[in-house]
Amino acid sequence: MIEIRFHGRGGQGAVIASEILADAAFRDGKYVQAFPMFGVERRGAPVTAFTRIDNKPIRIKFFIYNPDYVVVLDPTLVGQVDVAAGCGMSSSYKEQEEGKAMILINTSMDPKDVGLKGMFSVATVDATSIAVKYKLGSRQAPIVNTAILGAFAKATGEISLDLLLKAIGEGVPAKQEENAQAAKEAYEMVVL
Amino acid sequence: MSTVKVITGNHAASFGARDSRAEVIAAYPITPQTQIVELLSEFCADGTLKAKFIKVESEHSAMAACIGASAAGVRAYTATSAHGLALMHEMLHWAANGRHPVVMANVNRAMGPPWSIWTDQNDSLAQRDTGWLQFYCESNQEVYDTTMIAFKACEQVLLPGMLVLDAFILSHTYEPVEMPDQELIDEFLPPFDPPYKMDLDDARAFGALTTPEWYMELRYLIQEAHEKALVTVREVEKEFGETFGRYYGTLELYRCDDAEEVILIAGSTASTAKDAVDIMRKGGRKIGLARIKLFRPFPNEEIRDIASRVNKMIVIDRNVSFGNQGIFFNEIKASLYSAKNRPPVYGFVAGLGGRDMKIDDITGIVEQADTCDIEEILWWGVKL
Repeated sequence: MIEIRFHGRGGQGAVIASEILADAAFRDGKYVQAFPMFGVERRGAPVTAFTRIDNKPIRIKFFIYNPDYVVVLDPTLVGQVDVAAGCGMSSSYKEQEEGKAMILINTSMDPKDVGLKGMFSVATVDATSIAVKYKLGSRQAPIVNTAILGAFAKATGEISLDLLLKAIGEGVPAKQEENAQAAKEAYEMVVL
Repeated sequence: MSTVKVITGNHAASFGARDSRAEVIAAYPITPQTQIVELLSEFCADGTLKAKFIKVESEHSAMAACIGASAAGVRAYTATSAHGLALMHEMLHWAANGRHPVVMANVNRAMGPPWSIWTDQNDSLAQRDTGWLQFYCESNQEVYDTTMIAFKACEQVLLPGMLVLDAFILSHTYEPVEMPDQELIDEFLPPFDPPYKMDLDDARAFGALTTPEWYMELRYLIQEAHEKALVTVREVEKEFGETFGRYYGTLELYRCDDAEEVILIAGSTASTAKDAVDIMRKGGRKIGLARIKLFRPFPNEEIRDIASRVNKMIVIDRNVSFGNQGIFFNEIKASLYSAKNRPPVYGFVAGLGGRDMKIDDITGIVEQADTCDIEEILWWGVKL
């Protein structure tokens, strides 16, 4: 089972990202589950969402405390929210594979400059610039979810770009072509 | 060809109502249920579902409209949650006592104050004595399937039915849901055709004043219908399983064949608890799980049967009857009083107001039951 935790701010599309990723994996023949942590929802507030992917039906129904992958849609969350919590650690129901865990952050910084250390590697992508370039959301509040999913596909190898693009085509409510372009560009730009 | 979609539990309920060909939907929005009727209103607007969508000013009116529709011989559906269900309370009695087989989805949400939108079972269990059938679901697939199972069973016994799904853990969680061919569904669930309905050419009185001379007989008939419903639901579940390949049962047993102890639980936590059972079995415990799918009518015989085969029962309640104990705990013990073989029964109140229920919580509860006193009312994980 692969467990992914998304951290974002209200309006960036973290919840939709968790659903699109699940849909892409479902198209790959996998069993999936995606859900948000519902809190006080408002634009700008920290948001958490989750995706599970497995080769067999998924029965567990609780939050993800020991993710294989963490996706951070907003770099300002690092330091405010413990985005690395549990990442790369084994849980009572799953042994963590060594060298697999990864945190992917939307930032223009190099991975080694992000300042996150633990049982995981760090990857970065400037999803904000890509989203702005394709006019996804506004310049002040760009919607970075599709771009960062493109980077996720490349960085983790867990999902093919083709299936991701199909899921994006059906999963985003508007600007399907621009969102697909953003995902493709981030796929090429991600820094490991 | 059946189709599989990755959808939320809420939308599984909407698709279930659509594919059951509900004819009247009357509803009032409330978190976390709103998406159910939102999608149904879209189905009605775009003609996907040929139904009348009635917008009302409260949940009380929503149920009143459903009762009217059902009395007129029409398949009626609504959805609500928590405070909305509480406001409906009076009309729930009207639906059951009037023998109107309305089907409703209730998203289990904790009652305020303090304000909460997260799950527990006190809202639906507070409606225990209204005469409604209650089905507790553990997956989005089961929410979809149970909608048609409920319509079919309820229309046979002329009682209303409530299918229950956990707030957020099912309502807002995306899972794959298989939806069969409409033709197969139509064969399984033919149009609603009640023996009595409001008809100008065949006028009858509905809900008229009834003196003490006959009131009790009408109540007796409801009790009789509930006893029949237990058999009917099993038959309908069986037919559903044969037709669509998915079988749930009224008390679902998981790894109970050689079990020495059993967890009793309802709702989506059962799903997590099954993985916990697998882990505990690997550790050498002969443990199983009995999931209460049907709460009203209560599957007493099946509870007694599993009790006769184990040494210990552990009940996990995501609810509480203040001043006494967990509600399933209470009901299960009442079931066992007349049984010859009664193992000790331990009751835990856990997960109220959406407190996350992890595998470690289930295994922790089972371990605590090893050492605790049977007389205790155990609140799991309370920080006081």
